[in-house]
Amino acid sequence: MKTLNNNQEVILEGLKAGFPIGLGYFAVSFSLGIIAKSANVSPLQCFITSFLNHASAGEYAIFTCIRDNVSYLEIALMVLIANIRYVLMSCALSQRVHEKESMFARFIFGFTVTDEIFAVEIGRKGYLQLAYTVTAFMTAVVMWSCGTTVGCLAGNILPGRIVSALSVALYGMFLAIIIPPARKDKLIGGIIAICFAMSYLAARLPVVKNISSGTRIIVLTVIIASVCAILFPVKEDDVASESDVNQEEK
Amino acid sequence: MQHNVYIYILIASLVATLIRVLPTTLIRKQITNKFIKSFLYYVPYVTLAVMTFPAIIEATSSKVAGIIALLVGIVAAWLDWGLFKVAIVCCVVAYVAELFLI
Repeated sequence: MKTLNNNQEVILEGLKAGFPIGLGYFAVSFSLGIIAKSANVSPLQCFITSFLNHASAGEYAIFTCIRDNVSYLEIALMVLIANIRYVLMSCALSQRVHEKESMFARFIFGFTVTDEIFAVEIGRKGYLQLAYTVTAFMTAVVMWSCGTTVGCLAGNILPGRIVSALSVALYGMFLAIIIPPARKDKLIGGIIAICFAMSYLAARLPVVKNISSGTRIIVLTVIIASVCAILFPVKEDDVASESDVNQEEK
Repeated sequence: MQHNVYIYILIASLVATLIRVLPTTLIRKQITNKFIKSFLYYVPYVTLAVMTFPAIIEATSSKVAGIIALLVGIVAAWLDWGLFKVAIVCCVVAYVAELFLI
């Protein structure tokens, strides 16, 4: 097991891990910035939101909630649902925290969880190292936050055609997360198909379609995931492979 | 009622931080409840699927362009092209489709 000492080598490793992650983040968070712009969120607010939340689905939820002027309770629930997978990752990381680590370090290990940071941390050997986590995270999150800010600013300048095309980037990313596991596991594929169908119906059916899209997402997620959990409880190894499933997502 | 954007951001950031921080600071054991474990396992797939469709076909100016981007995105993701490649392919396809459609 590696020790807890902070040295230059660890910091350099963190930079090396964080930079490529950050490059990818920039492209995706740019399209989030365009959504934020449509919700009348300012570039500064974009930066703050991205720095503190650093989550694609979570921020998508935030910006659409702001656009729809939902209640404060609803945005809290939306963010909870959109980010709930981080509970799993954070639980997994908790097993790799040195028992003598301070409360502050534990807080940072939790706060910095994103799919990619989790993936690189879990890929290393031994206990988590604060210096590594902080450098990798800061490198990546600054690029993520700048991407959102630039997207928000440039949404004005870019021609409508390009904005329209860029706005599908985020959904493309969501697809890249959920489709590959569906290839390995037919059950996941079937669940995704049912989700698409139910989500489409909910957006079209009278009465239901008047509910805000945020609430529809929460209700559908809780219902479908609960039914799946009852009908198809996971085996130990499925949960263990969760980190592989999510490692490419932000 | 009009809500304050900064309060929205504050609430969202608090929730997102609590979700991430509570397990690393408090939980020292693995979750054993089978239902909770299973529920947490399925949530990412379900919520991302529900967020993607039908929103993707409403994101573009032309619905048909959105549908084409969705289908191409599913194929690219199926072929395991990776996060950023899939995202970029979807953009390019939507752009080209709209050149013809609008």
